[in-house]
Amino acid sequence: MKKIEIDENGYYGIFGGAFIPELLYPNVKKLEDNYLDIMNSDSFKKEFSQLLDTYVGRPTPLYKAERLSQKYGATIYLKREDLNHTGAHKINNTIGQILIAKRLGKKRIIAETGAGQHGVATATVCALMNLECIVFMGEVDIERQAPNVARMKMLGATVIPAKSGSKTLKDATNEAIRDWINHPKDTYYLIGSVVGPHPYPDMVARLQSIISEEIKQQLNKQTGSSFPNKVIACVGGGSNAAGAFYHFLNEEKVELIAVEAAGKGVDSGRSAATSVLGDVGVLHGSKTILMQDEYGQVIEPYSISAGLDYPGIGPLHAYLNDIKRAKFMNATDDEAIKAAFELTELEGIIPALESAHALAVLGKIKFKKDEVVVVNLSGRGDKDMATYMKYIK
Amino acid sequence: MKKLNKLFAEKKNNILSVFFTAGFPSLNDTTKVLKALESSGADFVEVGLPYSDPLADGETIQRSSAKALANGINLDIIFDQLLLVKDTNKLPIVIMGYFNQILKYGEEKFCAKCKECGVETLIIPDLPMIEYENHYKELFGKHGLSNVFLISPMTSEERIRKIDDMTDLFIYVVASSATTGAKNKLSDEQLKYFDRIKNMKLESPLMIGFGISDNNTFNNACKYANGAIVGSAFVSAISGVGTGDIDTVVRNWVEDIFSK
Ligand SMILES: Cc1ncc(COP(=O)(O)O)c(C=O)c1O
Repeated sequence: MKKIEIDENGYYGIFGGAFIPELLYPNVKKLEDNYLDIMNSDSFKKEFSQLLDTYVGRPTPLYKAERLSQKYGATIYLKREDLNHTGAHKINNTIGQILIAKRLGKKRIIAETGAGQHGVATATVCALMNLECIVFMGEVDIERQAPNVARMKMLGATVIPAKSGSKTLKDATNEAIRDWINHPKDTYYLIGSVVGPHPYPDMVARLQSIISEEIKQQLNKQTGSSFPNKVIACVGGGSNAAGAFYHFLNEEKVELIAVEAAGKGVDSGRSAATSVLGDVGVLHGSKTILMQDEYGQVIEPYSISAGLDYPGIGPLHAYLNDIKRAKFMNATDDEAIKAAFELTELEGIIPALESAHALAVLGKIKFKKDEVVVVNLSGRGDKDMATYMKYIK
Repeated sequence: MKKLNKLFAEKKNNILSVFFTAGFPSLNDTTKVLKALESSGADFVEVGLPYSDPLADGETIQRSSAKALANGINLDIIFDQLLLVKDTNKLPIVIMGYFNQILKYGEEKFCAKCKECGVETLIIPDLPMIEYENHYKELFGKHGLSNVFLISPMTSEERIRKIDDMTDLFIYVVASSATTGAKNKLSDEQLKYFDRIKNMKLESPLMIGFGISDNNTFNNACKYANGAIVGSAFVSAISGVGTGDIDTVVRNWVEDIFSK
C-alpha cells in the first residue's frame, strides 16, 4: 500500500489543494510556509504539551466499556475525548492553532462553529491568551445549541449569526472566510476541522493526532498490543476521526471506520452522508467530495447533530474513502439517539449527539470474538440535553 | 483578435465594465440587461454565474445569486441565453463564476460551450494561479479562452510581475482587501495602492473593481487604471426592476456613471 500522507502541494491523491481567492493568498501562503517549522519547534512542542496536560486534562482515559462489550460481543474501548476541558476533542486543535496564531503575530481570531463546541474551544483559548474572538454560527445552530452560545458569550467572544443558505455550519464557514478576506492583516482564521485550504487539513490532523498517539500507548499498556482491530469515529468535517486514525493510517491491520450522519435516512433528501450522496467538488477551499446538484450548487445537508451537518468531508477522508482505506458507514438521527441512550444506560456516560453516531454502528458490524475496537467518544452530551429531553419518557 | 484585445488596443481609459448576475432580476433578463448595457455605452460586461456559496461576494451579489437560483437559472440556461444574442451582441463578454460550477459541469464541456457562445474570457476568483498553470492553461488556450487574474493590496510585487507575465487581456485590480460591495468613497490608502500599481508600469491593461459604485469612484479609479468595473452598485440598481423598465434604468445608470 502506498504511504498515506499529504504531498508538497497539499494533496492527498486528487483531494486537497488551496482553492482560494487571490485576496487570501498571502495569508494562506504565510501559514503554509510556517506551520511545520512552528509545530516542530521546541518552544511550540513544550507549550502545546504542557497546556494539553495541565489545562485540557490530557491524556484522556481509554476506558474499557464492559457492558457495552458484552452487548456487542467485542472488546470495546472508549477514547474519552468527552473528558477534555470544554467537553470535546475540539480543544486539542484550538490550543495548537492559537499558539501558531500567536507566533504569526495575529491579534484577532475568527472561527466558524456548528455544534458550538469549536466555538467554545476557540473562545476558551482566546480568553486564555487574551485575544479578540469572533465566532460565526448559523442561525439555526444558535437556536439548537443555546448552552454553547451562552458559554461563548461568557468567555468574551462575539457570536455573529450566519443568515445565508441553510443557516448552519456551511454558511458559518462562508461568513468566516468572507470576514477573513475583509481583515487580511491582523486576523487568524482558526478552522475547526480538517477542512479548508491547504495547510489547514494537514495542520488540524497533526494537532488532533494526539488522540491516536495516546490510544496506541494506552492500548499497549492495557492489552500488550498498540493496535486495535477497528477504530470507529464520527465524521462531520472529520477532525476527531483524523486524530483517531492518524497513527494507524499506514497500519493496514487496523480497520478504520468513519461514520457519517444519515439524518432522516440516506435517501430521504434530508441527510448529511457525504460519501454516499456527494461527488468530487470544491468546498471552502479544498477539492474533496461534497453534496451538490448537477450544476455544482451545494446541497444543504441535514442532521439532528449540528456538528455533523456539513455537506463535505475533509480531503483526507475523501481520499481514505476513495482508496477504500477507511470504511464509511452512516447512522440516522433515530439510531444516534438510541445509541446515546444505550451508552448512558449501560456505562453512565452521556455522549454528544455527534459521538452517538459512531456508537450507533456497533450494532451494524459483525464482530469476531475477541476483536479489540476503539470508539472515539469525541464529546459529551451536555450541549445536547434539550434534544435528549424530548426523548425521555 | 479577441474583442477585448481590440477594445484595449483602441480605448486606453475610462473603460467601463459592468458585472451583473445572470438570471436576475428575472430568469430571462440576462439578455435584456446585456443589450441595455450595450446600447447604453458600456464597454464590456461580466456575466456572473449565480452560485450557492459565493465566498468572495458581499451581501448584494449573494442576494442576487440566491434570487437568480430561485428563479431557476442554471448553466445550461445561461449558455442558451448567450447563444440567443451571439450574432447580434458586440460587447465582449467575460464570464465570472466560482470554480466548482465549472468542475461539476465538466471543464472541457464548459470551455467548449463558452467558445460556442462567443465568450472569450473567464474570471474564476477561487481558481488559484498554480492550479491554472498546472491544469487549465492548456485547456483554456485550446478553446481560445483567456483567464483574468486578480491582485489585491496584499499581493506582493513579485507575484504581480508574474501575473503580468501570464496575462493576455487585463489585470483585475481588486480595490481593497474586501469582498465585493459598493462603497461611495475611495480612501487615501486605496489611492496610494492604485498609484503603486500604476507606477509598476505593467504590460497589461488594468481594470479596478470591487467597491466602485458611482461616477465619482469610477472617475477616480480611472485616473490610475484603464478603466473600472462596477458590480454590486449596478446589481442594486436593477434589483426589483421589472423587465419592461430595464432599458431605461440601465441607460440612466450608465449615463450617470459616465457623467463628469
Ligand atoms: C463532539 C463532536 N464530535 C464531532 C464533531 C464533528 O467534527 P469533526 O468531524 O471535525 O470531528 C463535532 C463538531 O462540532 C463535535 O462537537
